[in-house]
Amino acid sequence: MENQDISLPLEEQTEEFVVNIGPQHPSTHGVLRLEATLDGETIKDILPHLGYIHRGIEKMTESLGYKQSIYLTSRMDYLSAHINNQACSLAVEKALQVEVPERAKAIRIIMAELQRLTSHELWWGSCAMDIGAVTPFFLGFRDRERILEIFEANTGNRLTMNYITPGGVMQDVLPSFVSDLKTLLVKVKGYLAEYDTLITGNIIFQRRLQGVGVLPKEMAISLGCTGPTARASGVSCDVRKYHPYDGYEKLEFKEILNDGCDSWARYLVRMEEMRESIYIIEQLLDNLPEGEYRAKMKGVIKLPAGEYYQRVETARGELGVYIVSDGTNKPYRMKFRTPCYSNLAAVKPINVGAKIGDLMASMATIDLVIPDIDR
Amino acid sequence: MNREELKSYLESNFSNCQVSETFDFPLLIVPKEELLSVAGKLKNSSETLFDFLFCETAVDRNPNLEVVYHLTSTTFRHDMEMKVILEDRENPEVESVYSLWQAADLFEDEIYDMFGIRFANHPNLRRIMLGDEWQGFPLRKDYKDDVNIVTL
Repeated sequence: MENQDISLPLEEQTEEFVVNIGPQHPSTHGVLRLEATLDGETIKDILPHLGYIHRGIEKMTESLGYKQSIYLTSRMDYLSAHINNQACSLAVEKALQVEVPERAKAIRIIMAELQRLTSHELWWGSCAMDIGAVTPFFLGFRDRERILEIFEANTGNRLTMNYITPGGVMQDVLPSFVSDLKTLLVKVKGYLAEYDTLITGNIIFQRRLQGVGVLPKEMAISLGCTGPTARASGVSCDVRKYHPYDGYEKLEFKEILNDGCDSWARYLVRMEEMRESIYIIEQLLDNLPEGEYRAKMKGVIKLPAGEYYQRVETARGELGVYIVSDGTNKPYRMKFRTPCYSNLAAVKPINVGAKIGDLMASMATIDLVIPDIDR
Repeated sequence: MNREELKSYLESNFSNCQVSETFDFPLLIVPKEELLSVAGKLKNSSETLFDFLFCETAVDRNPNLEVVYHLTSTTFRHDMEMKVILEDRENPEVESVYSLWQAADLFEDEIYDMFGIRFANHPNLRRIMLGDEWQGFPLRKDYKDDVNIVTL
């Protein structure tokens, strides 16, 4: 009650109260609890409470081998499973100085970009649903399913693929892979046009996002935000550009930047990234290299003692894998610097002073995946 | 600066720190007392401008504890690693870098939760994942929990 303005007449005096948003709330996309202090409809403070699905993945890796640890990473950001596997595999390959076959590299990039497409399609649906439009949610899931079918046919799994493995990929893609993808990409382009007609051009939707959740560039840098969240604030941070891996340096693509800093800018960045992902896949489809799909690796992997850090660009930002090895077959310490954990830090500063209704809009465009925060 | 230039820059400018390198980055081992002044110089000096703390974590090198900072510069795009070694295992404490990089807020909460390293002048140090009633610090190598840990 310290903020109470006693000069006002009694009926106009307000007092702060606390609302718990989550852990079971559709807009938190998982079990995250935001303790919001409100004064009327205005947000005064937000404190995130985590750990509802903390599984101790980092502790578990210390008693598992490297190959086994990679399986756990699919369960962090389950919408970027391929890319998480890729990050771990790259770290192991770097330490052992294994040369990955060209075919495997190309397959990895295609899978990673398809993964980005599935993730952004799902985000598009849930973002619109958070704001109050239900139909896009079903469209997003419908369209994502077409890509998951490709994953299922080629890797055996829809969500936790564990397909990318140290040395390459688990198995070769189907003979029909290229033609399947070509049909798919035509469809996806149609979907994207549909998204724009349905939501992007909708003035009500635009007004809900424009000027909401402003994250200035300096703040994004200081908070350690990465991925589309940071790029919509004009921070150039695409790992695929600055620390290319698996042959991204040979491909032509743009880093999508926007100086809008608000939720609308974050929306536009993700929509544009989907088109960029399609463009990347198209470059690889026509000349998918022939040859081996996996380099020969020993059954038990032992990394030379030392520290290794590998970063990749997942659908949500920069994923860092920090491995400390003592030369045995198990990691001495494995740390996952996950994009959502850092992006979560942005939730408080961009919402304090805003209205509670806008909290959902800015949460929707930061696009948190809770298992990625909790690990 | 590329990696060699950065390494020699660190050697010539931080004579009280130990310079070495990891597989990926030049490494600066900073005495605990000088963390904030060294980190402040790295962030603000016009030659380095390390304005982005992209990873902060800890490693338990029984008996010492290490706090590891990964820094990058959004201007020059060079990266480095910084380490503080804490010898007091019973009561480890180090200055928080929150005043330089706000990203440290959540990173340091997690380190405190998992390793029991306290950060002085941290705005809100709390057991962010496990909750206040949890006993012990799970990522320490000598952590024992007969009730909750399933051993293979």
